[in-house]
Amino acid sequence: MSMEIPLGRVRGLGAAGEGAEHWWQERLTSIAAFLLLVWLAVSLLRLPGLDHRTVASWLADPFAAVPMLLFVGVAFWHLKLGLQVVVEDYVHDDGSKLFWILLINFASILGAAFALFAVLKIAFAGSAE
Amino acid sequence: MAEFTLPANSKIKAKGRTHKAPAGAKRVKAFRIYRYDPDSGENPRYDNFEVDLDECGPMVLDALIKIKSEQDPTLTFRRSCREGICGSCSMNMGGRNGLACTTAIEDLKGEVRITPLPHMDVIKDLVPDFTHFYAQYASIEPWLKTATPDPSGKERLQSPEDRAKLDGLYECILCACCSTSCPSYWWNSDKFLGPAILLQAYRWLADSRDEMTGERLDQLEDPFRLYRCHTIMNCANVCPKGLNPAKAIAETKKLLVERAV
Repeated sequence: MSMEIPLGRVRGLGAAGEGAEHWWQERLTSIAAFLLLVWLAVSLLRLPGLDHRTVASWLADPFAAVPMLLFVGVAFWHLKLGLQVVVEDYVHDDGSKLFWILLINFASILGAAFALFAVLKIAFAGSAE
Repeated sequence: MAEFTLPANSKIKAKGRTHKAPAGAKRVKAFRIYRYDPDSGENPRYDNFEVDLDECGPMVLDALIKIKSEQDPTLTFRRSCREGICGSCSMNMGGRNGLACTTAIEDLKGEVRITPLPHMDVIKDLVPDFTHFYAQYASIEPWLKTATPDPSGKERLQSPEDRAKLDGLYECILCACCSTSCPSYWWNSDKFLGPAILLQAYRWLADSRDEMTGERLDQLEDPFRLYRCHTIMNCANVCPKGLNPAKAIAETKKLLVERAV
């Protein structure tokens, strides 16, 4: 049985002094991701076809490659922020919470790096065909 | 992970006692009430009570008092003002949190199931343990704090416009209907302050006479204390005083962004 005073338990380690930036970034990245997603959808629909050659040559254009790089960055950043919130909501054990948050961070960065590399490869080296 | 198994004495036993309405009663309403006695060592149960509405006041609290007076004196619940200002008789009626004294029986269809506020430790029957909730309230230091000394012999002035900013905040009676209807509070009440306490915290942030706004925001800026709120809005939905804690929390988040951006 703990003899801790209830107020002492609530005060705990004090306020972390962060959270506002996370919350604000979540909002900003959601708006950015939405706008870029609309751009991507409209761009793909306006292409004459969706075969590999057409899409790859479209993506080689800087005005397609740069927004695509932004989209990838924003989407993975938003993914990382959002999944971290889910873990903080539902995972209560400190050890597994740390494990899942680290995993989300590493996986998001890894996914983003591969996606960015893929876009850059097409932009700089052209399509593989 | 989230706890999916229940602590000891959580499960409700099927068999409860039934108290029939007196013979000749015409308008009989059935109440199914959560009972838990920590001294018995037994699991909780539902007891059934039949109440003659012709001999009973219009509110759920009237029925509870009638049941306690006439059918089972061991039925335990908190009540005081019977007019929605003390916040004592908050409980879950028909699946919805509210005050028993301002919830009309006729608004509840069929058999009325009454349980304590959700996801709180139960002391006995319909009485939940508010120790942690009150400690959370104390933690936000809910009183006027200033840097300037008191004006001698005078009160601190506030314009009618600034006073109006406290409308929708000062009315909170701390009944905890909102906090105990909030899933974020269910899962993280150890650290998340919950809608009631965050509304109270904003009441001091919004007070033109308070000079510790920055310090108060410092104490709230935390992923768990404040940012577990995901605008689910159950709080505003159940508040028996018609307040909107979710809006107060959103205003607090806006203040935190405002001072950083």
